[in-house]
Amino acid sequence: MFTRRILAAPAIALVFAAGAASAQGLGKPLSESDLKQWDITILPDGTNLPPGNGTPAQGAKVFAEKCSACHGDAGKGAVAPYYPALVGGQPLTNGIDTVKTIANYYAYATTIFDYVRRGMPYNTPRSLTDDEVYSLTAYILSLNKLIGEGDVMDAKTLPQVKMPNRDNFIMPYPDRL
Amino acid sequence: MAKRRRPQGAPSLDLVAGNGLINRRALLGSGITVAGALGATGTMTGAAAEPLADAPWSLAVGQTLPGVQTPSRFEKDVTRALSNPNGEFRTSHARTPHHLLGGTITPNGLHFSINHSGIPDIDPAGHKLVIHGMVRQPLEFTLESLSRYPLVTRMAFIECAGNSAPMFAKEPLQTTVQMLHGLVSNAEWTGVPLSTLLDEAGIDPTAKWLVAEGADAQFLDRSVPVKKAYDDALVAIYQNGEHLMPGNGYPMRLLLPGYQGNMNVKYVRRIKAINQPAYSYFETKNYSQILPGGKTWRFHFVMEVKSFITHPSFGLNLKEPGVYAISGVAYSGTGRISKVMVSADGGKSWGEAALQGPIPDKAFTRFVMPWRWDGQPVILQSRAYDDGGNVQPLRAEFVAMRGEASKPVTTPLAFPNQHYNSTTSWAVDSKGEVKHVYA
Repeated sequence: MFTRRILAAPAIALVFAAGAASAQGLGKPLSESDLKQWDITILPDGTNLPPGNGTPAQGAKVFAEKCSACHGDAGKGAVAPYYPALVGGQPLTNGIDTVKTIANYYAYATTIFDYVRRGMPYNTPRSLTDDEVYSLTAYILSLNKLIGEGDVMDAKTLPQVKMPNRDNFIMPYPDRL
Repeated sequence: MAKRRRPQGAPSLDLVAGNGLINRRALLGSGITVAGALGATGTMTGAAAEPLADAPWSLAVGQTLPGVQTPSRFEKDVTRALSNPNGEFRTSHARTPHHLLGGTITPNGLHFSINHSGIPDIDPAGHKLVIHGMVRQPLEFTLESLSRYPLVTRMAFIECAGNSAPMFAKEPLQTTVQMLHGLVSNAEWTGVPLSTLLDEAGIDPTAKWLVAEGADAQFLDRSVPVKKAYDDALVAIYQNGEHLMPGNGYPMRLLLPGYQGNMNVKYVRRIKAINQPAYSYFETKNYSQILPGGKTWRFHFVMEVKSFITHPSFGLNLKEPGVYAISGVAYSGTGRISKVMVSADGGKSWGEAALQGPIPDKAFTRFVMPWRWDGQPVILQSRAYDDGGNVQPLRAEFVAMRGEASKPVTTPLAFPNQHYNSTTSWAVDSKGEVKHVYA
């Protein structure tokens, strides 16, 4: 009985959706310009990175003021055991429980920008300007020697940063895509 | 109805495997047959020490009825285990007490939750879900508009990819099934097929990925294959018949049956169709795995076939030799459970457990194995099989493939690695005390 109900329901839903589409549907139409503030997804190729830029030196100032309370001086981390270090990292060959860090794990530098902009600082998310996010990203990459101390991060340069672990990933089940 | 024939003479135990495992068919017969097969442990002739008396609660009128009922005050210890009870600025985990529950439905108040940035206090009247990106027409939905679709209801487990992570430890941690396996729960979910909404927006056939984003303080986001959306994904708005719990995504969440819990994005507010994965923080870091030798897995997605015994288990000691039901839950992210085998001798011999039907796709199935414990030390294990031919790996097989933590694991709250789906072993000593062992 249960199985039959599950199978039957999507069929009904499809019919309904087809009918609804011709009768305007239940979703309210929007334009992509309505979504400007909401669409914060950054892709590894740099798609959707905003205007602006920042350097490691600028980032160091923002970091000292807004990040070091949890992530420690110069991102060395772990004022409390819960807050991860942002600099360094052991080789992944050390064990399956090696702590994953930006330097030893992240595949794309765009992930740092995306995550800092969406979720940091933890207690005041989305309080940073895009320039501040670029400069913090630059600072963290520079601390990890992944860019030079004078390098500017912006929508063009950030996607070009080569992360060391990028080619080390295996996709065990490509058939699931 | 014809009367069943009573077995003649003394009931013989139909043992199916070592250390007292009894044929599951003993559970299928009439009450008399069950009693006969299991055998009576006490004397049938003695009188009770004192005659039965009426209890106080039977001698007074009880309380009037509350609007929302809560469990008996005698159940106050049946709670989730909290990893962050003082509300520090970090992730909170609340683990389901499987050793104190029966059946397959996790009650809403006890469904596990992990919130990386607290529980958002969402007014459903102000919550929107937007579908955009590679679509013909971006659309906005509300709880009210979703409620007007013909809704679909199904059972599904949700399991954190880090559930059972303490079992990567080289030495077995002495802790409950709640602390080892409490980051999986099972519920009935009701919602709108995601494919219906994508069709309505007119998704571009070349879009291969969706980025789903929540309305929590971190806008938690994950990349989801479009293929999964068209297989069986829902935007769920009900959990066991009531609107979602705040810790489980109120007012709406993605439900991706069988996929890593973190991908079932809670408080979902935006779904963007794109042609490449976003490599969001959570798929980049937390929810991918380091393998022995240092290679790394990503986009693993599926929580594989697994089972664990909840009764008996650590903390539920046996008071005396006699008849028990070994019971637990089995589930698979790729289909239905087809069989659960149970061993009482550390894997030397196995007997097939009874499955409590119906057996839903990608959801809990409870198994039961009648057992007569003779008071000698035993090691109990369960091993699940699914209808796709997948088998829960034995620990030696699993460790050979996935490895063990290189450093000691000192707390069950640690996550040395993820996607552990091997067997759990409970040793019962001659006093009836249950310990966690590797076997």
